[in-house]
Amino acid sequence: MGLLSDPVRRRALARLVLRLNAPLCVLSYVAGIAWFLALVFPPLTQRTYMSENAMGSTMVEEQFAGGDRARAFARDFAAHRKKSGALPVAWLERTMRSVGLEVYTQSFSRKLPFPDETHERYMVSGTNVYGILRAPRAASTESLVLTVPCGSDSTNSQAVGLLLALAAHFRGQIYWAKDIVFLVTEHDLLGTEAWLEAYHDVNVTGMQSSPLQGRAGAIQAAVALELSSDVVTSLDVAVEGLNGQLPNLDLLNLFQTFCQKGGLLCTLQGKLQPEDWTSLDGPLQGLQTLLLMVLRQASGRPHGSHGLFLRYRVEALTLRGINSFRQYKYDLVAVGKALEGMFRKLNHLLERLHQSFFLYLLPGLSRFVSIGLYMPAVGFLLLVLGLKALELWMQLHEAGMGLEEPGGAPGPSVPLPPSQAMGLALYVLPVLGQHVATQHFPVAEAEAVVLTLLAIYAAGLALPHNTHRVVSTQAPDRGWMALKLVALIYLALQLGCIALTNFSLGFLLATTMVPTAALAKPHGPRTLYAALLVLTSPAATLLGSLFLWRELQEAPLSLAEGWQLFLAALAQGVLEHHTYGALLFPLLSLGLYPCWLLFWNVLFWK
Amino acid sequence: MAAPLVLVLVVAVTVRAALFRSSLAEFISERVEVVSPLSSWKRVVEGLSLLDLGVSPYSGAVFHETPLIIYLFHFLIDYAELVFMITDALTAIALYFAIQDFNKVVFKKQKLLLELDQYAPDVAELIRTPMEMRYIPLKVALFYLLNPYTILSCVAKSTCAINNTLIAFFILTTIKGSAFLSAIFLALATYQSLYPLTLFVPGLLYLLQTRHINPNSAAAVHTCENEEQSLLDLFLGVCHDVCGKPSGNHLPLLLPSQLLGFHPRSLWLYINVFFYTIPLAIKLKEHPIFFMFIQIAVIAIFKSYPTVGDVALYMAFFPVWNHLYRFLRNIFVLTCIIIVCSLLFPVLWHLWIYAGSANSNFFYAITLTFNVGQILLISDYFYAFLRREYYLTHGLYLTAKDGTEAMLVLK
Repeated sequence: MGLLSDPVRRRALARLVLRLNAPLCVLSYVAGIAWFLALVFPPLTQRTYMSENAMGSTMVEEQFAGGDRARAFARDFAAHRKKSGALPVAWLERTMRSVGLEVYTQSFSRKLPFPDETHERYMVSGTNVYGILRAPRAASTESLVLTVPCGSDSTNSQAVGLLLALAAHFRGQIYWAKDIVFLVTEHDLLGTEAWLEAYHDVNVTGMQSSPLQGRAGAIQAAVALELSSDVVTSLDVAVEGLNGQLPNLDLLNLFQTFCQKGGLLCTLQGKLQPEDWTSLDGPLQGLQTLLLMVLRQASGRPHGSHGLFLRYRVEALTLRGINSFRQYKYDLVAVGKALEGMFRKLNHLLERLHQSFFLYLLPGLSRFVSIGLYMPAVGFLLLVLGLKALELWMQLHEAGMGLEEPGGAPGPSVPLPPSQAMGLALYVLPVLGQHVATQHFPVAEAEAVVLTLLAIYAAGLALPHNTHRVVSTQAPDRGWMALKLVALIYLALQLGCIALTNFSLGFLLATTMVPTAALAKPHGPRTLYAALLVLTSPAATLLGSLFLWRELQEAPLSLAEGWQLFLAALAQGVLEHHTYGALLFPLLSLGLYPCWLLFWNVLFWK
Repeated sequence: MAAPLVLVLVVAVTVRAALFRSSLAEFISERVEVVSPLSSWKRVVEGLSLLDLGVSPYSGAVFHETPLIIYLFHFLIDYAELVFMITDALTAIALYFAIQDFNKVVFKKQKLLLELDQYAPDVAELIRTPMEMRYIPLKVALFYLLNPYTILSCVAKSTCAINNTLIAFFILTTIKGSAFLSAIFLALATYQSLYPLTLFVPGLLYLLQTRHINPNSAAAVHTCENEEQSLLDLFLGVCHDVCGKPSGNHLPLLLPSQLLGFHPRSLWLYINVFFYTIPLAIKLKEHPIFFMFIQIAVIAIFKSYPTVGDVALYMAFFPVWNHLYRFLRNIFVLTCIIIVCSLLFPVLWHLWIYAGSANSNFFYAITLTFNVGQILLISDYFYAFLRREYYLTHGLYLTAKDGTEAMLVLK
């Protein structure tokens, strides 16, 4: 009557699972890693193509020629900015109005949970300035956004100049069907978040901002621009957004089309695209780019203003002009023409971008891997956890102890509440207790937060010593198996849910945590297993990824530098959770760390 | 046994109160798995405000509750959170006392069958003792109150909780033996959603058996049936007069779920709930309470707008069938399926609505998998129950004709 009720077949399957468990697990893990590495090779990676019909077959002749005007605006902006120290709001308003836009301002302020060391800010207040170019014959129901984030560390004045020159050029055209919003934000990402929240009338991050006087309809797409000099040698595009969300692939295809048309050099993750994918060199370079993208997506940071637009289902990209030591340089006209072309094509959109992929990996600018092809990698890794859990269940069942026995030992479930409580402490205490810490120790607030994080993390390692006093001694051998079973299912569930929304984070954590989780047991070489478990804990994975990331960018770190970067990354992670709603910090502290502690308890089971 | 029950109630009320005060309350009350268009609190408030404005609450096809709910909440709208916490507590208390009495009946019946030598000689380990049955009522109350599904339903203020209370009281009054009261509660529960009508059959069987009346006696059957039928008619009539509108107005809207799409063939699913009553009655006529458990589960699986509150009601009964644990075959896989599906519901919802990537098919697939998991779980319990009965009458260690150990295979 089928597998579920035929006892003969069930017994055969049970024997198979129990006998071949270790080889199957190893095979599955290796298959997962191999599948991921194979993603860069041609059958699994495909050429990108434009899926949206409305953007494909139109011919666009770019006419932007305002290079001098852009440079003039940029010089003025830089001068005014240096004079006033902050964004020159009055000058921007005047200039935008003279160019012919409807100008509005928005002020915002926010007190960060603790001072931000990297950007040196604590009480942030600023003003965003934006001008709306109304489409001459349309009903203002849809809009496009060109945004230039201005922070204190990157003045971005050339981008502002180009924005104003483009606005002047666009104002003279009659073919616009959507409104265009030219947005200049202060304090880069904070200002962008304030504007977006006010535009969509929500309040997700506790920002205080004045309401917007002028709106332009539903935003269809946005482009963020960052230029550091008058001439660029290449344009770098950033796609990864907040919590690993990605824009529609069509937007990237659009950018690539115009780069090719204008002969501009485009880079992804700072690397040039390999031409030849048939020999081994191309795929190897693609692997580097892919790993960089995985690491950036896994961190869940918004790598540019575009990252915050994605949360509101607005497709967005960030373009950065790089000025390296190459000989051939492009001036602002070339960049302006590319932007003009992109905006003209976006103008033709009839619906939101939805035809192409939302979840993909990029080994190169013109190559992508779709979700259907990369998901099996994480599936194989999670299969290891499933097989191990099945084996443990069968062993427990044979031994006669079930999880629902009325008088069953309380042992297995004892470490669960303390582990979860440690996770909660890790999430809540550092920010809450920073003031107490600064009173008693000579450290700054940000350092206090990071040190508290590390202290609580390390304190969790002492947990098994304390829970053993409570564990009863009946059936001590079986207790750890029940706990490991629960921990394996918990880990598999978490990694599965994470992998569905942010594949890179799920895959990265699975690669490190799955083997040691499967291996953890009280018998055997305890110190070796303990060392392995500590090396694959979430914090160590973060540290390792930092080193790997810099290694791939060909700027390797020494140990001391790496440690400093690690501490800075911890502080940034906590800060970004509070300011933008990034989910990496809560996921690691409330979800994966307690799960890892359960395995630590299994390892030290007496 | 009162003290542990009071402690459990206090803990449950604390958890619910804490969640009501947190920011999660609004988020939970909009989740599709917890509230359905038939049980959503927002719609109750909408109907009440329409009534206050003098418009019929049923115009606009937003409000699908019964007039009795309107009248109940007209006076209690300000204490809504308290009302839902009290309903949960009442359900738990009703189940506690019901199972307490049921255990006594089970033990008495077992003793009777032992004395009549109906059991095989080597089934000593299958016989239940009062010691092991002592904590079952408390566990039932615990399972119901601290079940995450129940807590979510309560925090979302889904009227499914009220339906659960009525069914729990129906079970309590049936087990206590009062036909009149059980008819009242069944009528109230059926009035709110049509499906509890199927519980009429197991309730009737139980009442007849406890009165030691031969179930085949037509006169006795008719008396009980008439009692219950007349009460149901009475209620429908009263409501018709009171609100001047056919109270069956909401009935057409109970048609197939939006998730399955309205398709003529999906009408079969609606009738599916009623299909199982007759075969189950034939097979389980000696065990009406188990029949009731399976029927409640069938209602929760096949009703047109299922929510997790319905699942919570039959899950509360698992401790009662604790002794079947050794015969359950797939409990591990099924528990994993149910937990995974519960966790994937919000993830796939997020992917569909916010990330713009998945679509309704993913969500539908998870709903389907969850239902398949529940169906397998119920059939596993059914199989385990029948297997135990077989062992009790035919002996635990079965031998084939040639003396080797035989295996029991379900055909």
